[in-house]
This record gives sequence, structure tokens and C-alpha cells, in this order.
Amino acid sequence: MKLLFERSREGHSAQHLPQTQLSGYSLPEQLRRCRELRLPALAETEISRHYTELSQQVHGVNSGFYPLGSCTMKYNPKIDEQIASLPGFTGIHPLQPVSTAQGCLEVLDRAGQALCEITGMDAMSFQPAAGAHGEFTGLLLIKAYHQARGEGEQRTKVIVPDSAHGTNPATATMCGYTIVNIASNAAGGVDLDALRRAVGADTAALMLTNPNTVGIFDPNILEITRIVHEAGGQCYYDGANMNAIMGLARPGDMGFDVVHLNIHKTFATPHGGGGPGSGPCGCKAHLAPFLPADQVTEAADGYRLERPAQSIGRVKAFFGNFLVVVKALTYIISLGAEGIVEAAETAVLNANYMKKRLSPYYHMAYDDFCMHEFVLSLAGEKSRFDVSALDVAKALMDHGMHPPTMYFPLIVPEALMIEPTETESKDTLDEAIEAFIAVQRQLQADAASLRQAPQATPVRRLDETQAARRPVLTYQEKEL
Amino acid sequence: MNVPRELKYVKTHEWLNYLQADKVRIGISDYAQEALGDIVFINLPAVGDPATAGEPLFDLESVKAVEDIISPVTGEVTAINEKLLDHPELINADPYEAWLVEIGEISGSEELLSAAEYEALLAEEE
Repeated sequence: MKLLFERSREGHSAQHLPQTQLSGYSLPEQLRRCRELRLPALAETEISRHYTELSQQVHGVNSGFYPLGSCTMKYNPKIDEQIASLPGFTGIHPLQPVSTAQGCLEVLDRAGQALCEITGMDAMSFQPAAGAHGEFTGLLLIKAYHQARGEGEQRTKVIVPDSAHGTNPATATMCGYTIVNIASNAAGGVDLDALRRAVGADTAALMLTNPNTVGIFDPNILEITRIVHEAGGQCYYDGANMNAIMGLARPGDMGFDVVHLNIHKTFATPHGGGGPGSGPCGCKAHLAPFLPADQVTEAADGYRLERPAQSIGRVKAFFGNFLVVVKALTYIISLGAEGIVEAAETAVLNANYMKKRLSPYYHMAYDDFCMHEFVLSLAGEKSRFDVSALDVAKALMDHGMHPPTMYFPLIVPEALMIEPTETESKDTLDEAIEAFIAVQRQLQADAASLRQAPQATPVRRLDETQAARRPVLTYQEKEL
Repeated sequence: MNVPRELKYVKTHEWLNYLQADKVRIGISDYAQEALGDIVFINLPAVGDPATAGEPLFDLESVKAVEDIISPVTGEVTAINEKLLDHPELINADPYEAWLVEIGEISGSEELLSAAEYEALLAEEE
């Protein structure tokens, strides 16, 4: 499709300003533009159609099934947007007196209480702008804690299992820690012997996602956190997969000291560019004195803002992405305590339904029941038909769905990771299952055709290698 | 899968070419480059950086993933293949010509495999 600059026609305009009453103006020569401003000239209809066309080139949760594993692409209820659009929330300024922003502080307080209840934590900061930022904040709390106890120099290592999200080692590195990678056991969980060998007086923390990235809830979780605590380390819970257990199990009860949540995953706020994200960081009481400034507290005369005693400082201006918190609180209140539990249970049920029905057609990386997502491997298809996980993902796009996550987790070769979420009906799941089966049949019958997929999308196969090696990041003006 | 006889290998799929008794040139095997897919970025260490056997030394990025390169030996980085910084595709084109780093003053190493032993490992992983 054409870009705005390519649609531009001289004389077209969306603005019709009255003739100026002034007879002219004088500016020093060096301040005058020497050529016309480079803005496209377009009528309002042309602009409207351009953006509508752009919106039709993409696939989102509003257009269809989006089983992108590890991302929890659940539907974002419209009521969340309505509430977040109320002028009392949009018309505030972060520097206005707190006595005039009590309603907004109440939102932060109530959302904090709800998330503490769901995670089993004692305090929550909403400053982090997204998940990885929440991780960073969480590890800074742990670092500050060890330093305050005089063990900051000694505890230099963070243990991360090989099934972890890449952000975990990246976060620990950003915080100045050395990574100790430990292998998973055959069931996809933490290898307890490897963990026992890895911990010691130099252990700062263990970072763990539970259920982990292969969709397995680690049955040894209490033993895992005990081993780390006995060595004097802290336990960090990556909340990426919280959707599977919210209302059912709490990281705080599993022995974790710090969590981050991805509100844009678990609590139904939009993902990515349309977000923004929000990655609140919660902790147990012994870490609360280190939380970022400012924390909302409730006093007799209303809500106040307070800087915790040994605060690590601000990790973002003011209160993070406040309107996202409004949306999350709306979602939590809409669902209620029973709804939260039902959402998690349905997410797990949906994943197991798809896994069971696809098992005769695809090789599952792990046989057991899964939580909210599951991983299949196309290593067999790769060696027999020279068809990769990438080819299958591309072919699924021709069936009107977003492809699953590919090549993650790294411990499963030719991985596809599928997370249907709770917001899809059985009809949608059945359609997706039929699409997966059709692609497997196409693969067996005509592998070459799969390597040509997708056929029905606005663009076909893009050169992903060149896009990474030689990216063109700006609009290339043909002529001006 | 190309597994040159004269090289040594480790189970994390790096190859080693001993230039001297205590100096080695390191790259990734044909199997590793094939599994990674098109390599788009390489994050080489600096000359003088310490290397510890069994621990990540640097990373490279393919269209699929970012992968740690585990140092097969303990020593010090004495040279890097700077050409790869602008042309990571050379690793895919010839993983045995496109060496990554040289490590000297070697004081220890991971378990080294012969070409035949490495081939047996690859057969097992299939």
C-alpha cells in the first residue's frame, strides 16, 4: 500500500484556515525556512482511509485467534477503556496536590491491595513501565537488601534455569550480577541436584517462572525456594505465566520474596505499542523498605505519598503508566474473586483441550498435563520433510490466525508454543485445531507448498535475515 | 553434517583448533550454525577479556534466538575475528573458516571430543 507521502497531492488539505488579517511579517533572514516544510498534503478522507487500510493489514486480538505462547493475548474488555477514559483519570496532573487527586491514589491503593492478595505479597509498586522493567526493579530490591545486610559484595550470582525468558539473564546482567545457568530435568522442571550444586554464599537470587515456559507447574517449588533461602539467597518470581494460577496459587505462599506482573498479559490491558505496558513489582515485607518512591499509604485524612525508608529511588517518573492500572483494576473488579479463579481455570482447560486434540497430529515436547500453554516440536517433520516450525507458523497464517510463538523455549528444538487463553470459545479453539490438522496434512502431502506459505496475507515471506542484518529504519524519500 | 577430522569439539557445539599447546582458535560447528539459522549479529568479547571453561564468553544472534557461546577453555582472549562484526553471515557460509576468537594462556578446558566422538553425540541428539 502507498504511504502518506506517496499519496500527497499539491493543494489537498484537511485544514481550511481563514485568510490572515496581517499584512505581512518580518523575520531575520537566518530564521526563515529556505524550503517548504516536508509534510504530505492530504484531505481528511484520504488520511482516514489510509489509517483504516493500515489497520486492516494487521492481525490483533480484535480480528481473530492469537495463540502467541508466553504472551497471554487475551481479549481486552471495552469497559476497561471506558473507565480509563473518564475525565477524572485523564485530566489529572502528577504534580497537583494529593488532596485533589484522592480518587487516583485510591485506584493505586486498591489495585495494589488486589495484586498483593493475588500474589501473596505485602507491598506493590506500580512504577515499572513493563515486565522487564518490573524484573529490573525487583532485582534492585534484592540487591539493596543484600547490601543493607552487609552481604552485597559477597552475593554476586543469580541462578536462572535454561527454560527462562531471555529477560531474566538480561535483567540480572543489568544489575551487575553473574548468571549461573542450570539445566532442566526430563519433566521440564528445575533439576534439584543442579540447583543444590549451584547455590552457595555467593547466591544473590534465583529467578524462576512457575508455571515455566514449557507450561509445567514445578511440583518441587517449595523445596526449590527452601534450597535458595537456606543458602541466603532471595527468590524472584517472574509473573509472565501468572494467568495460569491467579486466584488458585500464590507466589508468596510458594516461598517467593519478589514478583513482577505483566498487567498487559494477566490483567487484560493492551499489549505493545497500543499499550503501554505496566509491570508492577511486589515484594514481601522485608523488602518493602527498599521499594521505589513514592508509595501510596492510607492515613486518617486520606491517601498520601511516602518515600520508603531505604528506597532505591524512582525507576520511572511519578507513578508508572497510571491509566493501565485503571484498566487492570476495572478488569479485576469486573471479574471479582470468583471470576479471577474461573479465568485461570479456563485458560488451563483451553490449553489442555487443544493439546489433547492435537496430540495425534503433532509431537508434544512434554506428555503430562500442561498449565495455560503447551509446546510442540517439529524436529521430526524437520528431518523427514525439511519443513520447519517457521514454515508451519507461516502456513497457519493462511487460516486466519496469528501464529504461535516460534523457537521458544530454547530447550525444545523446532518449538511452537501455543497459549489459547481463557477468552476464546470452544468454537474458536475447534477452528484453530482444524487449521493445525489441515497444515499437518498439507505438510505430509506437499511439503514444498508449505515452504511457500503464507499465500493469503498482505505480504508474503519477508526477508527476515536481511531485515535484521541490513535494516532500513527510516522512510526512504524517492524524490523531493 | 561437516565435521573436520583435525579439530576438537565440545558438547556445546564449539570447535577448537590448537595453534600451540596453550593457544586455541574457537568457532561453532556446522551443526550449530545449521540449528541457529541465519546469524544476524555477533557480540564478540574484547582482547584481554578472561575466559572460563564452561561459562558464557559472548553471544550471537540468529533470526531464531540469541545464543551464548560457552568458552571451552580457561585463559585470556588474545584475538577476535573482527571481520564477523560486519559480516556475521560468514559463519553460516563456512563455520570452520569463520573462527570467532583466539584464547591463549590456557590453564584448563572442558571435556574435549574427537571428530568421531562429536559425530556420535550429534547422532544421539538426532
